[in-house]
Amino acid sequence: MQGDRILTGNEACTLGALAAGMNFFAGYPITPATEIAELSSELLPKRGGTYMQMEDELASIAAVIGASTAGAKAMTATSGPGFSLMQENLSYGMIAEIPCVLIDVMRQGPCQGVATVPAQGDFMQSRWGTHGDHPVIVLVPNSVSEAYTETIRAFNLSEAYRTPVIVLSDATLAHMSEKVRIPDVSELTIVNRKKPTCDPKDYLPFSNENHQIAPMASFGDGYRWFVSGIVHDDTGFPVTNRPEAIRDSLDHLLGKLRDHLADIESYEEYRAEDAEILILSAGLVSRSAKSAIDRARARGVRVGLFRPVTLWPFPEARFSALCARAKTVMTVEMNGGQLAEVAAKYVDRDQTLRPVTQNDGTIIRAETIFDAILEVC
Amino acid sequence: MKEHVFDRYLRPEKLKTMWCPGCGNGIVLQAIIRALDESGADPDKVVVVSGVGCSSRAVNYLNTCGLHTNHGRPIAYATGVKMANPALTVVVITGDGDCTSIGGNHFIHGCRRNIDLTVVVVNNDNYGMTGGQYSPTTPLDAMTKTSVYGSYEPPFDVCELAAGAGATYVARGLTYYPVQLKNVILNGIRHKGFSVIDAMSDCTSLYGRLNRLGDAPTMMKRWEEKAVPLAKARTLPPEALAGKIVYGEFVRSDARREYTEKYAEVIRRAQEV
Repeated sequence: MQGDRILTGNEACTLGALAAGMNFFAGYPITPATEIAELSSELLPKRGGTYMQMEDELASIAAVIGASTAGAKAMTATSGPGFSLMQENLSYGMIAEIPCVLIDVMRQGPCQGVATVPAQGDFMQSRWGTHGDHPVIVLVPNSVSEAYTETIRAFNLSEAYRTPVIVLSDATLAHMSEKVRIPDVSELTIVNRKKPTCDPKDYLPFSNENHQIAPMASFGDGYRWFVSGIVHDDTGFPVTNRPEAIRDSLDHLLGKLRDHLADIESYEEYRAEDAEILILSAGLVSRSAKSAIDRARARGVRVGLFRPVTLWPFPEARFSALCARAKTVMTVEMNGGQLAEVAAKYVDRDQTLRPVTQNDGTIIRAETIFDAILEVC
Repeated sequence: MKEHVFDRYLRPEKLKTMWCPGCGNGIVLQAIIRALDESGADPDKVVVVSGVGCSSRAVNYLNTCGLHTNHGRPIAYATGVKMANPALTVVVITGDGDCTSIGGNHFIHGCRRNIDLTVVVVNNDNYGMTGGQYSPTTPLDAMTKTSVYGSYEPPFDVCELAAGAGATYVARGLTYYPVQLKNVILNGIRHKGFSVIDAMSDCTSLYGRLNRLGDAPTMMKRWEEKAVPLAKARTLPPEALAGKIVYGEFVRSDARREYTEKYAEVIRRAQEV
């Protein structure tokens, strides 16, 4: 298994998940994510794991969360319309603090849109798609190789922080082939959820002191714990009539990520240290940006890239530090300007924000970005 | 002193229940507790899954593993639990709206898969928690808060729906006959496959009040007139069954393979390749 292999993004997500210990997959066929389901259906039974094709996406994420409560490392994969259907139960995973992984292979447009071409229209759906204030970790790989490693990291973060983690791929990354170095199992860091060791009668499945993550039992291993989608105290049972308990419970969901940003955040900087033009871009299109940066640098333009790999929580400390040194912040993305709205928060009146957006189902080419750089420098 | 079955299965600190006086949910809950106890299941290995609605709150009071899920979704969550650990005894408590309206798709596909879950549909003919609106099981012409001129939607028969979709154990019980109700739930738990128990229950403070059915004892007594056991119903002409509710075991079949067992075969096949 280890060594160099040529894989597609969808294959890399599947193999990364298996390397991380995925033993349960439930999904519903949807272009351009289907190959993740197909490969899972072939490989999981070989390892004694479960593949289930559910009746819809609501059921898929529900089964994934249910399986996780019984101890499984569970994942689903979908695309925009299916991702919308999953939002309802995703909120359950968040409030009930159940680890699981969701891969959203982004395609173009709202509704059926264009099912076979790439886009980045789900940046905001991944952040605010489900209702209520909620924590979210979203990872955006920009290569097949990262599709592999970030899917592993998605499982690790979900197990460490007891929360659903979303990986945003896109239709091109999903289907393009690249070399991936598959490491030996011994080289991988695999995180599994902490299990309780206390007497079952002392078990507090949702203790949240100092935003530490409570150990999570599996149904059936002797802890008769209770899981609910209602705001709950540390025992898991509803508290709906005490404002301070509601506050503590909900604050923990946000606080458990806020207090561990250094561990969760990951980003790449490319020639950004002295950049007067700072490009913000995530996912596959960031590679076009890099190529444009190299060409512009050859002409003496001080331009660089900040690429959040953890899109949410957005790595704002580092981004705002780099922003402060730039004259122009340029966002490059395949949507109408979702990252531009993020960047606007950090851009002062004496700086320029230049969104480069392209929403036609094709990857933004380096020339387009290069031209935009020349326009603003 | 011998421990009472309720001491083993209830969380006394969570009582009293949030249910209205005269509500049938308590009777269904005790039937589930007695059925679980008689089944011999280890409470550590029992997972009770519910959705949203008055009856779904029952999981809050049970001293088993509990998964209180989203509206309409308990069967989908329970499917994941059972597949991740087929050794668990998984019981679903759901209401008529939770199961046959918003959860209708999960319900029919659970029946089709024949996965080993026991689904107790607490059927009180209306949405109680939201204040008494009509549900897919509200009888035609009945009064609810959203059918103030009488319900104009034909109702589902939960048992026919389950049988048609392929459930391999289908029965109806009534809160008025708690021992019979316990027995069909017990048979459902013992049955290896997808079991559906339509548990007819009374919503006294909403459905009963809106339809002028009297107080709780009066509502219960109407079942003496309204309910016909299956064996007797089979001897009666169709016109004699108009407006009646037939109860008993409609389907009890081992003809179809249970889903987790079938999947174990898939694993064997995959590992041979």
